[in-house]
Amino acid sequence: MTSARANPEMLSALDRPGSYIGKTVPRPNLDRLMQGRGLYVSDIELPRMAHVVFLRSPHAHAKINGIEASTAKQMPGVIAVVSGRELSTVITPWVGVLSHLKGLKSAPQSAIAVDRVCWQGEAVAAVVASSRAQAEDAAELVSIEYEELDAVTDMRTALDPATAVIHASLGDNLAFERNHDAGAVDQAFAESDEVVEADFVFGRHTGVTLEPRAVVADWNAAEARLTIYQGTQAPHMVQNIAALHLGLKESQVRVVCKDVGGSFGIKVHIYADEMATYALSKLLRRPVKFVADRVESFNTDIHARDHRCKGKIGVNRDGTITAFEIDDLTGIGPYSMYPRTSAIEANQVVNLVGGPYATRNYRARARVVFQNKNVMCQYRAVGHPIACSVTEGLVDMAAMKIGMDPIEIRRRNLIADNAYPCASPSGLRFEQLSHHAALAKLTGMMDYDALRVEQAALRTRNIHRGIGIASFIEVTNPSAAFYGVGGAKISSQDGVAVRLDAQGSVICQTSITEQGQGSESLTAQIVGSVLGVSMDRVRVILGDTDNTPYGGGTWASRGAGIGGEAALQATKVLRKNILDVAAAILQAAPGELDIVNNAVVNAADSAPRIELGELARIVYFRPDTLPPGIQAELMAARHFVPREYPFAFTNGIQASWLEVDIDTGFVKLLKHWVVEDCGTIINPQLVDEQIRGGVVQGLGAALFEKCVYDERGQLTNANMADYLVPMSGEMPDIDVGHVVSPTMESELGAKGAGEAGTAGAAAAVTNAVNDALRPFGTIITEIPLTPQVVLTALGRI
Amino acid sequence: MTAAVAISLSVNGERVEANVLPRLNLADFLREHLKLTGTHVGCEHGVCGACTVRVNGDIVRSCLMLAVQTHNATVETIEGLSDSGEIADLQSAFRERNALQCGFCTPGMLMAAHDLLKQSPSLDREQIREHLSGNYCRCTGYQAIVDAIETTARARSGRLP
Amino acid sequence: MPIVWAGEVTPKMKASAFAYARATSVANALELLTAHGEKAKVLSGGQSLLPAMNLRLIAPELIIDIGELAELRGVVVKGGVLTIGALTRHVDLLKSPEIAAHAPLLRDALTHVAHPAIRNRGTIGGSLAQADPASELPACMLTLGATIVVRGPSGERRIAANQFFAGIYETALTPQELLVAVELPVTPKNSTHFFHEFARRHGDYAIVGLAAQALVKDGQFADLRLGFFAVGDRPLLAKSAGKLVDVVITSAVLSEAFSALDDELDPLEDQQATPAMRRHLAKVLLARCVSSLLARPDLCTGALA
Repeated sequence: MTSARANPEMLSALDRPGSYIGKTVPRPNLDRLMQGRGLYVSDIELPRMAHVVFLRSPHAHAKINGIEASTAKQMPGVIAVVSGRELSTVITPWVGVLSHLKGLKSAPQSAIAVDRVCWQGEAVAAVVASSRAQAEDAAELVSIEYEELDAVTDMRTALDPATAVIHASLGDNLAFERNHDAGAVDQAFAESDEVVEADFVFGRHTGVTLEPRAVVADWNAAEARLTIYQGTQAPHMVQNIAALHLGLKESQVRVVCKDVGGSFGIKVHIYADEMATYALSKLLRRPVKFVADRVESFNTDIHARDHRCKGKIGVNRDGTITAFEIDDLTGIGPYSMYPRTSAIEANQVVNLVGGPYATRNYRARARVVFQNKNVMCQYRAVGHPIACSVTEGLVDMAAMKIGMDPIEIRRRNLIADNAYPCASPSGLRFEQLSHHAALAKLTGMMDYDALRVEQAALRTRNIHRGIGIASFIEVTNPSAAFYGVGGAKISSQDGVAVRLDAQGSVICQTSITEQGQGSESLTAQIVGSVLGVSMDRVRVILGDTDNTPYGGGTWASRGAGIGGEAALQATKVLRKNILDVAAAILQAAPGELDIVNNAVVNAADSAPRIELGELARIVYFRPDTLPPGIQAELMAARHFVPREYPFAFTNGIQASWLEVDIDTGFVKLLKHWVVEDCGTIINPQLVDEQIRGGVVQGLGAALFEKCVYDERGQLTNANMADYLVPMSGEMPDIDVGHVVSPTMESELGAKGAGEAGTAGAAAAVTNAVNDALRPFGTIITEIPLTPQVVLTALGRI
Repeated sequence: MTAAVAISLSVNGERVEANVLPRLNLADFLREHLKLTGTHVGCEHGVCGACTVRVNGDIVRSCLMLAVQTHNATVETIEGLSDSGEIADLQSAFRERNALQCGFCTPGMLMAAHDLLKQSPSLDREQIREHLSGNYCRCTGYQAIVDAIETTARARSGRLP
Repeated sequence: MPIVWAGEVTPKMKASAFAYARATSVANALELLTAHGEKAKVLSGGQSLLPAMNLRLIAPELIIDIGELAELRGVVVKGGVLTIGALTRHVDLLKSPEIAAHAPLLRDALTHVAHPAIRNRGTIGGSLAQADPASELPACMLTLGATIVVRGPSGERRIAANQFFAGIYETALTPQELLVAVELPVTPKNSTHFFHEFARRHGDYAIVGLAAQALVKDGQFADLRLGFFAVGDRPLLAKSAGKLVDVVITSAVLSEAFSALDDELDPLEDQQATPAMRRHLAKVLLARCVSSLLARPDLCTGALA
């Protein structure tokens, strides 16, 4: 690792003896999860709790002419059957737009459809019963009369005048359009030695969290308070929105988030059925539980990445990339999702294309259209895989056109490591990236030259292996520029409170959340390191709006960089407060003292002076023995948000080594490498595992995952047997390396690492497949790369 | 005849007598009746492996077995295997290697891994990957899990890493 | 086979209510089947039945659990015949020395069936009665020349495997009958076999698969049985195998066999493959099978180009 940081204060806070920063330490919450003692929402049971099953539309677009539920209401265990109209007396509809995405429009969406359904799977009525099975029994007896309407399914024709308009009030099916033009694109293409164009097609896919979305909503009418138990990444956002639409004050809503069975962006949105569950609890004055089953997860969890993107690149014979141009089209379903909107993904594609490269010439158009399919919105590495696949695909095609090695063309065009700060062609500001250091490290790790020799030797034996490279940039640590400036009440700052308990242990409350990334661990590592206590003395509390500071939560790779810095700053204050009290007790100057290994010691010779437990005993039980005028404050809170840069960009590069069976079209992944730069690394193992997990989600997109819709808007593979996710048997080992360029925005210097793996994996695989197929003169720009796609490209079928 | 059926079985070493509806599957019986919520339900159609438990010593998908079929059977769940210490070494390897993130697949994954380790003490990575191919993990990318099982296999067979 | 979806997406993950009867003997099971017929379903391993019931794709009124009928369990070799009880689980077959010795093709095929936890419950009788055209064991029965033994109200019927499979999830079994055993001729000592399937992921249903058994003499096939699966609505014992018997295999001979095979296939379309792709992959499998059984790597490449 290479690091360039000389901040003496940080050295004192993070690089102290016994520091946990930069060390692999096991996460404190693992035993609970490994012994089956976790508490996921699906495990929660409350007295008088009822279960809801939503009747869902079998049609992509239809008018609801009538709901007949009298028989269902008589079924054993049934408490209520509620329509959208009935529920609308309790909860108001919403519109998923943000003001900074100029021109973005959407229609009001209700918790349960009223009059009309706009995608297959939209809820039409709720059946609430004593058990889930009883609710399902009764649901079979509800009859709903539909009148089918024309369904808009193909994004390519959604804007045609002949196509039906889904929401008449909006005038057309265009949700959002962004145009960007920088430099002199036309001139650059005209003057280029070669210009290459391609159409890139991406399969619509989804997150498939292993624990489906789940909510228990508990309206306590006596307290006039709603407690929501939900696996969410953003508890305060849920609190704000539930209160807003149920006509409550935020203080009347508590959101509790215990263990979460996977999220990946799927659980950062507000879903209509979750809103309906809150409303049903209020309506029926009892706890109501909703657990999506796997089929409805596929039909209602947000989808993502359904894009068709035309790309164009100009290149000179010396390898200089002269310009990029894209025209991106995406279909987002019938509504822009709430509250983060469904325009962000296309916006990100525009932002990120060409991002690693030095050319200033870049033109982009992105159009976001409505269609009668499930909603699309932000899923892990939002927009990154699209932008990376288009950019890196074009770069490889340019290299192929001029006969240059893929590594060499990147070496000649990646922004120089000493060029920062600078901006991307789309206007994004980069503080410090390390593309060239990462590239050098990657080629070393994979022994690129030797691999090329091996590839050539195997080719003579009719074995077709390929090497694919993909550089990328990654958006992390978002400031208010993401959502806040557009009017969404999604906090971009996070807060941490730390206090010393009466035995000298530390209780830390943080507004970031845990879904397995290691938020709890990294927070304890920072607190322990800065304070000078062992990690086992630090208990971290998160996921409860009643019991944590206000903040954004864990999404967009912000937990470590933003929540971690808040923890650092809060702990510094607590440390100072402890040393002040210790100085008073010990009749020393605070500057002469330090805290090491759970005790106050002499800064000079580390001689122990007083155990923290003893100090706490005096402060809490014998404050009368403290000198007059000393009031100990053994609790401190601090908040943090980046102010200098709207996002902390990170960078990295991936490589894939794979074999294509040209007779069957099957692709076998042999090895994958990643080098990334997330700034200060708090726990190397956790970072590496974020990368690996992210890569495998990207590999899923590359080879397997696709929501298959028919022309009527029916999702035809909405189950785990037919929607293929990566399993252990087909996944390669993944080597991860790092370059370290800390951000100067924070003392901690940490940037995010959650998107990096997913950002570049599919691009690396696609480039590798095309490298393998080079002797056959075919190039594939469509994922997933199924055997059917590969064989078709090879002309074998 | 859709009425409840009396069953008697052993769960984690304890005798359990219950009256269950025929349609109740073993996963729901364990979770809802016995409150053994460590057995997770991820798909309810036998694909994801999160509900893997041991019945009469064999791993099975508890969503693909009716509770009534466990009459006179011995059922063991993650809670039982944890309390008895039977998989303590495997859990320790998972902890050291961070072989879980969200933890939802983990009980089923541990069940499947331990089953493999019992069958064959010396394992290569390919065999491990194959045996786990019915257990879905969305977080880790599997490598850490394979590493942890490999480490445990070496330790159990007295081989050094 | 992929799960067939038809618009219905309202949650259905808990089986509909049904009555349950634990059969105490084969005779008792037959009585129950006689009384309830199509309204009843026999539960053996449950690995295909229960997913369908959880999803409410089927809702039988009565489940007849035959799980305790020990008489239907086990493998016996006698007089050149291997008899496998219908309730014998996949895992039992995988571990059976009799199967390893006398039906090694079946053993190879079983390693491709789903995953360990499924193989611990799934039974051979259940798999054959389910008659999924994409599953491995029905094709093996054709290749191995099995006889399916069923019992019904009017006694026992013995049905040749090639008469047993009648379509997607359809067999010659009547609703009143119970599949009780499978009989296989013991595999001749000098025979060889080949099993391979193309599946997207380990344990998935095959896109196309082939279970083959052969007698090779002086570099030629003296006998060749090719059981394809996932190439139509039922497993196929390919007659085109005949083109490869008692001849010196050349690319030209192989090409002739390909085109004969093509005429026999009637593949279905699903999300993994078009019929054209299935036809292509069936030929790839045939080429690889011949090449492997004859140890002729030259036949594997080029023939398909």
